[in-house]
Amino acid sequence: MAKVLVIAEHDGKNLNPSTAKCVSCAAAINGAEISVAVFATEPAALAAAAANLKSVTKVVAVADAANEYTLAATLAPQVVAIGRDYDYLFGPSTTFGKDLMPRIAALLGVNQISDIMSVESERSFKRPIYAGNAIVSVTAPEGIPVVATVRTASWAAVDDGNDAAIEQVVNSAALPDHTRFIELQSGKSDRPDLQTASRVVSGGRALGSSESFDIIYALADKLGAGVGASRAAVDAGYVPNDMQVGQTGKIIAPDLYIAVGISGAIQHLTGIKDAGTIVAINKDEEAPIFEVADIGLVADLFTAVPELTKAL
Amino acid sequence: MDRILVGLKRAVDYNVRVRVKSDGSGVETDGVKMSINPFDEIALEEALRIKERGAASEVVVISIGPTDAQQQLRTGLAMGADRAILVESATAISPLDRARVFLELVEREQPGLVILGKQAIDDDNNQVGQMLAALWDRPQATFASKLTLDGETATVVREVDAGLETIEVDLPAVVTTDLRLNEPRYVKLPDIMKAKKKPLELIPLAELGIEPGPTLTETFFEPPAARKKGSMVKDVAELVSALKSKGLV
Ligand SMILES: Cc1cc2nc3c(=O)[nH]c(=O)nc-3n(C[C@H](O)[C@H](O)[C@H](O)COP(=O)(O)OP(=O)(O)OC[C@H]3O[C@@H](n4cnc5c(N)ncnc54)[C@H](O)[C@@H]3O)c2cc1C
Repeated sequence: MAKVLVIAEHDGKNLNPSTAKCVSCAAAINGAEISVAVFATEPAALAAAAANLKSVTKVVAVADAANEYTLAATLAPQVVAIGRDYDYLFGPSTTFGKDLMPRIAALLGVNQISDIMSVESERSFKRPIYAGNAIVSVTAPEGIPVVATVRTASWAAVDDGNDAAIEQVVNSAALPDHTRFIELQSGKSDRPDLQTASRVVSGGRALGSSESFDIIYALADKLGAGVGASRAAVDAGYVPNDMQVGQTGKIIAPDLYIAVGISGAIQHLTGIKDAGTIVAINKDEEAPIFEVADIGLVADLFTAVPELTKAL
Repeated sequence: MDRILVGLKRAVDYNVRVRVKSDGSGVETDGVKMSINPFDEIALEEALRIKERGAASEVVVISIGPTDAQQQLRTGLAMGADRAILVESATAISPLDRARVFLELVEREQPGLVILGKQAIDDDNNQVGQMLAALWDRPQATFASKLTLDGETATVVREVDAGLETIEVDLPAVVTTDLRLNEPRYVKLPDIMKAKKKPLELIPLAELGIEPGPTLTETFFEPPAARKKGSMVKDVAELVSALKSKGLV
């Protein structure tokens, strides 16, 4: 039997879909017995949502006032306090999991496997390196827990429809007060979330200004799509950082990805490799984006995109 | 503060498209251009700016790696670091062992701040800063896009999936850099000459008394699954019908 603890990601109200994707990865391990840990101030509703995820055997709910904000320094000791008996500790490869899981691994004195793409056997996994230009198979040493982040774009969320047991646990670890949350500025939008949207439209440097990005938003709204961007567009200040797609931004896997005025640098491509269909609109027929695009259109985006929006 | 420690990893240059060796034993790094990992360059730039504002008196750059990593440390010295330390290890050591090396140097150097890149663009691990903070039992402020020092504390704006998160940490602390923290300066020729005279200390890994611990074994390397070659459409009308025929709109 393989005991797996998945650390739930949430915003205090809802479970992040990354949690159901981690459960899916955990379920790929032979004989996995999966628990989900929910750390919150009032975990009841979140724990119920986690207990509803298929393949989950148990939910461990830790209520503590210190869990109002997700700070790795306060979460890691709590995870270690309940996590010692597990063979595997998994978190998502979102900024939440990337921040937290290595801190847990170090407290347990083990290395971490980052970005699991596939489970090959109980201790062997595949993960991307060099911006996804190579895939390496790694084997974890025997006899110590496997701490890992799960590359969410590689895994479909498990379905709802379960009734796992919920266990309330009181935190026993001493928590530091050296790290304090101040604020979260998020560009609230009604558009689908970039990381889970089934369609995404992204704009690049070619847009030239934040005003011009309106034609990207208009196309996205017509498609009910989320909106992303290249690093160049974010660096230039056309759009906020949370829209960056790529090696160092978000790795996404929508059914449809439309890249507009994006050249297709390897760092960008690694973020969209798992997209179902990639459409590229670029005025340069030599642009590398066309090497990966399923459908390419050489055109000036300022005429083609409004035309496309109208035609849909 | 007295001192800032900065990590500089020697990594394949970000412009290189790496290839997997045909026998699956690794990626081809022979004759490939090597540089400072871009996130580490940002880390050094930030440390230099703090020093130039008068908020730190010394910037020390540290690399853990082969003898050749001296090149990257020299570049760091030319950018403006005061001295460099190379912890020499011919074979790559694990992220946890690297964090243990940093901890050892932290104990020797007593920095007020350690700034590392959030990830190295070779193994894309994104671990060492968090691990060092855990072993050191100090705060971590990862994925920083703005860093403000205020005496005993630092305020850090972090790039997170939901937007920008601001946290306050007590010092000393570990900060890891994101892309938008700053734009690193270019190295000027006279500074390269000057850098040759700056101290670069070589410490063999064994001398630190750190025995590499159990680590992941890399058993096989392969190229990513290739995407099927697509097709070009000549205008928007054709694009719309191609999307329709795939059932995407
Ligand atoms: C460490 C590191 C990490 C990075 N991480 C990321 C990352 O996560 N994500 C990311 O995206 N990048 C990342 N980058 C940056 C990456 O290398 C590229 O610089 C970036 O992706 C380029 O963005 P772009 O395609 O928008 O701009 P450009 O490369 O400038 O491309 C603009 C494109 O627009 C086309 N164009 C111009 N005008 C028009 C028009 N009127 N109509 C149609 N097409 C037009 C041009 O032909 C060109 O192909 C990273 C770089 C480094 C060094």
